[in-house]
Amino acid sequence: MKISKIKEILTADTLAGEERIDTEVICACGSDLMSDVLAGEAKEEFVLLTGLVNPQVIRTAEMVDMRAIVFVRGKTPTPEVLELAEEKGIVVLSTKCPLYIASGLLYTNGLRGAGSVETAL
Amino acid sequence: MKLHYEVDGEEFAAAGQASGNIKKMLKQLGIASDVIRKISIAVYEAEINMVIHADGGTVDVDIQTDKIYIALKDTGPGIPNIDLAMREGYSTASDEVRDLGFGAGMGLPNIQKNSDFLKITSAVGVGTTVEIEVNL
Repeated sequence: MKISKIKEILTADTLAGEERIDTEVICACGSDLMSDVLAGEAKEEFVLLTGLVNPQVIRTAEMVDMRAIVFVRGKTPTPEVLELAEEKGIVVLSTKCPLYIASGLLYTNGLRGAGSVETAL
Repeated sequence: MKLHYEVDGEEFAAAGQASGNIKKMLKQLGIASDVIRKISIAVYEAEINMVIHADGGTVDVDIQTDKIYIALKDTGPGIPNIDLAMREGYSTASDEVRDLGFGAGMGLPNIQKNSDFLKITSAVGVGTTVEIEVNL
């Protein structure tokens, strides 16, 4: 799914990385715990949905080469955080949707999590 | 090839800078992406620990022919019980740290998962050294 499609589904605003909005992602993960993100399967073709807006979210995305971050529940990071995202080439979106609804909307539109549901269970 | 980085313990926002620089350097050297991924995650978690628990420290990277060796040294409070600290879910981090997305007791287990060799040497009141190796 293109990041632009995610933006459309979640009626999101682009806060950083506008020029990369047509990049494809194959999976998503939703978490406020960065250690869980680092411990998981998240990698370059991923988008992260999170309610955390501190610089460590961008750093975490950087470490696993994540393409995009969606800040949920209308949260807006500081200009320094967005600057860091631009520097690292990460697309940042912001949606008013809460985490669960945003995840559900993307999932029902075909954007799955890492691995199969069977593995996750 | 040897690299040296200083980690500032004053500012949590800057935590991850050394890890980011190491990652960039390894990419430039053409190291395999799965190796870079393991090192990035392990070193980032260790760097976060260094900022959370100690007052920063140093990171030394030695790129050898068959492996990459990394030593993270701090002069913080030390770890009284390393076995306990290694346990998933065990944490002494503050609520402030938890609010930032860390401190859930996943750091050391994550480091272990992403390294081929891990050695933690610590003395209470003296400091901690975390040695990580990832095979090439």
